[in-house]
Amino acid sequence: MEKMSRVTTALGSNAISGRTMFCHLDAPANAISVCRDATQVVVAGRNIFKIYALEEEQFVEKLNLRVGRKPSLNFSCADVMWHQMEENLLATAATNGAVVTWNLGKPSRNKQDQLFTEHKRTVNKVCFHPTEVYMLLSGSQDGFMKCFDLRKKESVSTFSGQSESVRDVQFSMKDYFTFAASFENGNVQLWDIRRPDRYERMFTAHTGPVFCCDWHPDDRGWLATGGRDKMVKVWDMTTNRAKEIYCVQTIASVARVKWRPERKFHLATCSMMVDHNIYVWDIRRPFIPFATFEEHKDVTTGIVWRHQHDPHFLLSGSKDSTLYQHMFKDATRPVDKANPEGLCFGLLGDLAFAAKESLITSDANRKPYPGGDRRYPMFFFKKPDPTEQFAHVSSALSVFETDLDSHRMDWFVKTAQLYLLSGKPFAELCDHNAKVAQELKRPQVSTTWTMLRIMFSDPANLATPGPNHNLGKLGTLPLMNSFSLKELGSGMGAESRLERSKGESRQDNIHLEPGNSYISNNEENEETEGSEGHPEYMFGDAELDDDDLYSMEHDNQTEEQEYTLPQEAFQLRHEIVDNLSAPEHLQQDKADSPHVSGNEAEVTCLTPIESFSLISISQPLFSPHLPASFFCPIVREMLSYYAEQGDVQMAVSVLIVLGDRIRKEIDDLTQEHWYMSYIDLLQRFELWNVSNEVIKLSTCSAITCLNQTSTTLHINCSNCKRPMSNKGWICDRCHQCASVCAVCHHVVKGLFVWCQGCSHGGHLEHMMNWLKSSAHCPAGCGHLCEYT
Amino acid sequence: MRHAVAPAENVENHSFAVTGLFKICTHCERLGKKDLGIRIPRPLGNGPSRFIPEKEILQISKVDSRTQSIFEDAFAALGRLDNISLVMGFHPQYLESFLRTQHYLLQMDGPLPLHYRHYIGIMAAARHQCSYLVNLHVNDFLQVGGDPKWLNGLFEAPQKLQQLGELNKILAHRPWLLTKEHIEGLLKAEEHSWSLAELIHAVVLLTHYHSLASFTFGCGITPEIHCDGGHTFRPPSLSQYCVCDIANGNGHANHHDDLLGNQDMCGEVEVLMERMKQLQECRDDEEASQEEMATRFEREKTESMLVVTSEDEESAPPERHLERGASTHVQSDYSWEDHGFSLVNRLYPDVGQMLDEKFHMVYNLTYNTMATHKDVDTSMLRRAIWNYIHCMFGIRYDDYDYGEINQLLDRSFKIYIKTIVCSPEKTTKRMYESFWRQFQHSEKVHVNLLLMEARMQAELLYALRAITRYMT
Repeated sequence: MEKMSRVTTALGSNAISGRTMFCHLDAPANAISVCRDATQVVVAGRNIFKIYALEEEQFVEKLNLRVGRKPSLNFSCADVMWHQMEENLLATAATNGAVVTWNLGKPSRNKQDQLFTEHKRTVNKVCFHPTEVYMLLSGSQDGFMKCFDLRKKESVSTFSGQSESVRDVQFSMKDYFTFAASFENGNVQLWDIRRPDRYERMFTAHTGPVFCCDWHPDDRGWLATGGRDKMVKVWDMTTNRAKEIYCVQTIASVARVKWRPERKFHLATCSMMVDHNIYVWDIRRPFIPFATFEEHKDVTTGIVWRHQHDPHFLLSGSKDSTLYQHMFKDATRPVDKANPEGLCFGLLGDLAFAAKESLITSDANRKPYPGGDRRYPMFFFKKPDPTEQFAHVSSALSVFETDLDSHRMDWFVKTAQLYLLSGKPFAELCDHNAKVAQELKRPQVSTTWTMLRIMFSDPANLATPGPNHNLGKLGTLPLMNSFSLKELGSGMGAESRLERSKGESRQDNIHLEPGNSYISNNEENEETEGSEGHPEYMFGDAELDDDDLYSMEHDNQTEEQEYTLPQEAFQLRHEIVDNLSAPEHLQQDKADSPHVSGNEAEVTCLTPIESFSLISISQPLFSPHLPASFFCPIVREMLSYYAEQGDVQMAVSVLIVLGDRIRKEIDDLTQEHWYMSYIDLLQRFELWNVSNEVIKLSTCSAITCLNQTSTTLHINCSNCKRPMSNKGWICDRCHQCASVCAVCHHVVKGLFVWCQGCSHGGHLEHMMNWLKSSAHCPAGCGHLCEYT
Repeated sequence: MRHAVAPAENVENHSFAVTGLFKICTHCERLGKKDLGIRIPRPLGNGPSRFIPEKEILQISKVDSRTQSIFEDAFAALGRLDNISLVMGFHPQYLESFLRTQHYLLQMDGPLPLHYRHYIGIMAAARHQCSYLVNLHVNDFLQVGGDPKWLNGLFEAPQKLQQLGELNKILAHRPWLLTKEHIEGLLKAEEHSWSLAELIHAVVLLTHYHSLASFTFGCGITPEIHCDGGHTFRPPSLSQYCVCDIANGNGHANHHDDLLGNQDMCGEVEVLMERMKQLQECRDDEEASQEEMATRFEREKTESMLVVTSEDEESAPPERHLERGASTHVQSDYSWEDHGFSLVNRLYPDVGQMLDEKFHMVYNLTYNTMATHKDVDTSMLRRAIWNYIHCMFGIRYDDYDYGEINQLLDRSFKIYIKTIVCSPEKTTKRMYESFWRQFQHSEKVHVNLLLMEARMQAELLYALRAITRYMT
């Protein structure tokens, strides 16, 4: 029998010829099928059921099978198949659940032959037996497959897929009795047609529905399946367990898969949605399609090779109401368009570059990479396979190493680790960072920090912690407030007057100033918390430019008290600091003021930095009344400059340290971009802590939310090794506490450390102590654990 | 304004809570009431649902350990156990899937920021005037740092969300009108434009809350105690029974109703089962033509468009919005399994899977019982309900004979379905009681789950179809 089929289907003496062509259908097609001698094609869809003849130059409509004034739903086809032995026999699967056969030899207009209405739901697939004339198989949404003998009125046997919808059924090409069925739940079943009671074999092929399957025309054991999970898999069915031998990842769910005749490793696929192209894959090269047909404008619904033994013609029907014949020679070859060059930067500035070998050799005398040297060009060869039709491509990979001295990134790592971004008053942060930069021999950066310090704070930088501190406790001392206001009534008046005649009254200001501070001092003496009341007064008058006098004086005392402020309070800092005036104004005051100890300390600690002296010379150039915001445009430009230079670290660090002083000046997108770049860099250097700190300190919502993503950690129960689905500490399977400390045998809540060798562990502290004194695992399993 | 008042109360409560350090024993409570003048709110409602006696709802979690553990998990995750979950507790398998999906949509990784998600939930629920869901999510919204100003109205929200208003409106009431132009408008709006992933997230949220609103009204969910209308400060001792009586379901209202129903229509279930059997045995052998089938479908569809308000509201004439009826959409052209899922999963990974599971779960959920009868294959009835809802949205299944619907679903049931799916806010207790009188409450909740998921899928299909068309 088998042999006979081979003879009858063998390619006739008149070889097929043709060209890429198409014709318009009246309606979207759902499926197509060709007759045995490859001269006619049938197109079926919801509203179409026609036969076209394939001629040299065009499609010619031969027959419209959709007849009658009121076509019944039986004409609405989900699938169609032309019998490969009997030229006049067609079968369709109707969307209403009917299986219909058609006899083209009938003299009447209506060619409908048999009607089986045994399925309750849509029939997804019909399939004729490849060699047996009267045997037809159907698979339906209702979960049943039925085998019909066309000489009888009803099905011969019914195969139950256990209530899962059947998407495809295919008779094996070689095994007379075997057929494969694919299911909506991802399973593929193998059945023996003689045994309807249970399947021979079942395996899960895909996650989600398996839309299609196809037996290899030559190789008995190969079955290709395509699913919603966008994969095409090839299974070897000859072994006891179905083994996945090839897998192709496509970009959309796979609707149809068809082996290419005469090419052992080729198969064609089309997708269910989004992607309209037809791909032909060499399954050994799963990353790039061997050939692509891009003619269709909507989803391709049916593909079929025109002749069983001719690999050059592919027919396809589509939702865009066209029927195409594709010539293989007209196909697009993505390989040709693929760019075989690759370029990548290493972490430390190394550069890897892969290019076509020909390109490299022909260009052998080009200049080496500036500053680097071409150390070891490497060549990768793939053993050429004669059956593989892929163009042979070999690339040369060159790695360029950067000059070790000039492009070292050590400074980046050190800087990242040593910079302080928060937790101290502004000026100290700046000084610290300047010092760090100085030590790393980066004078420009260091100078920048120092300048920033001077621009945005004066000795009044010391004011910054004070008010925050005080504001935090504001409202708790209402009495104190009124008291200080009363006391300072006269001073207030003087202040407001001063503000109006700012220019010439500065001298007066200085005269007044010690008096004020004296008053505040008295307060402090009388009340332990007296200082709290004072800033309130200052804060209320924040518009006054010269206010900082008071706050400065005042804060000299508070500054020494404590630095660890609640972070929330820092947000308020902005309003006060913005109005502070230029530095040397206060330095003058300092001379007069009896309370300068803190300031002096500040200055002395700065002096060792060389650049400082330079700056201080230029200081008198600034008008003492310049508000900090005056510098913002300059600082903004400076930050952009650093970012442009590739030193995004500087840009972000300054951004964080300056906080509200500068934030509003720079648009959010730029900020986000800087943050992202910096965080990315930090993570590539594995500076997780620093990157986390940066994320935490950033004010962009897009950045801070990084900390809130992927915060889930899935764990398995340590007793039964099953995933812990339950929240809490008790595994709901074995009803035992899951994470028990091996040392103290209590449940660990919080930091849990465990050995990756024996997976025993416990409280961090307990484990540390234990492993200090013993090398063995505390659980007694004999494993030599190690804690580093 | 409620929100203006809330902070002041909080301060008061806060200081109290700190001194009490979480544990407030009854003694302290009494003290607190007496000495500090704190008013303790009391629940107003009669259990989680107005329609279902509380006793029955509370019973389930005691009996079923699975339900109980789900409740525990839900409480651990949210710090509350809302009435919706309590009612869904009748069907623990489904509840699990539902909570997982909802949790993922609202809390887990996703393209939209948290406060947006809650705000979209509020928008969707507000479309159906579902104050229960709105209140619930107003709290959540504020908790995740949403701007209280947005709550004054959509016009106070960012431009981006305002644009979603139109989509929300269409989806809720006439999803079949959604075109790719709508999608294009959202995706190409300069700086206020949505990304595809965000849009999918928003669409899933919108449909989720539209259908959840249906469920809320359909089961008569009562307000949470911490929400508006859920509590009272008045001492409840005015009537004869005290709070604990209410909590135990000793209200009189429910009992005689049930009894009445039983006497009234005792043969109802049997008739229904008989019909199902008939349909199963003798399917129409003479094939109906395509047109005939189409006519049957259209008949159901047109009929479903006529919104019949229940008899007791005779003042309102039956509304007709026939002229804007749904255009018919054939299911095989765009189905959830083949098309919708892929799109969702492509743009919002994992959610496609969860929704798929949820749809599957609800479609296949059965206990093989009908009222008091056991071992009944209810698939036919479930399919009729599912397809009837899709029919209302103009989605047609080729392999379904819409004549079956008329045989299986009686008039009062159809009214109930129509009301819940189209204008859930009009649901009354009477409607709930008048259909399927002999059936148990858990079965009625089951029906509501079917309604909710079928509606969600229908809306999703139209939205996703529009997006697909935009993409290709």
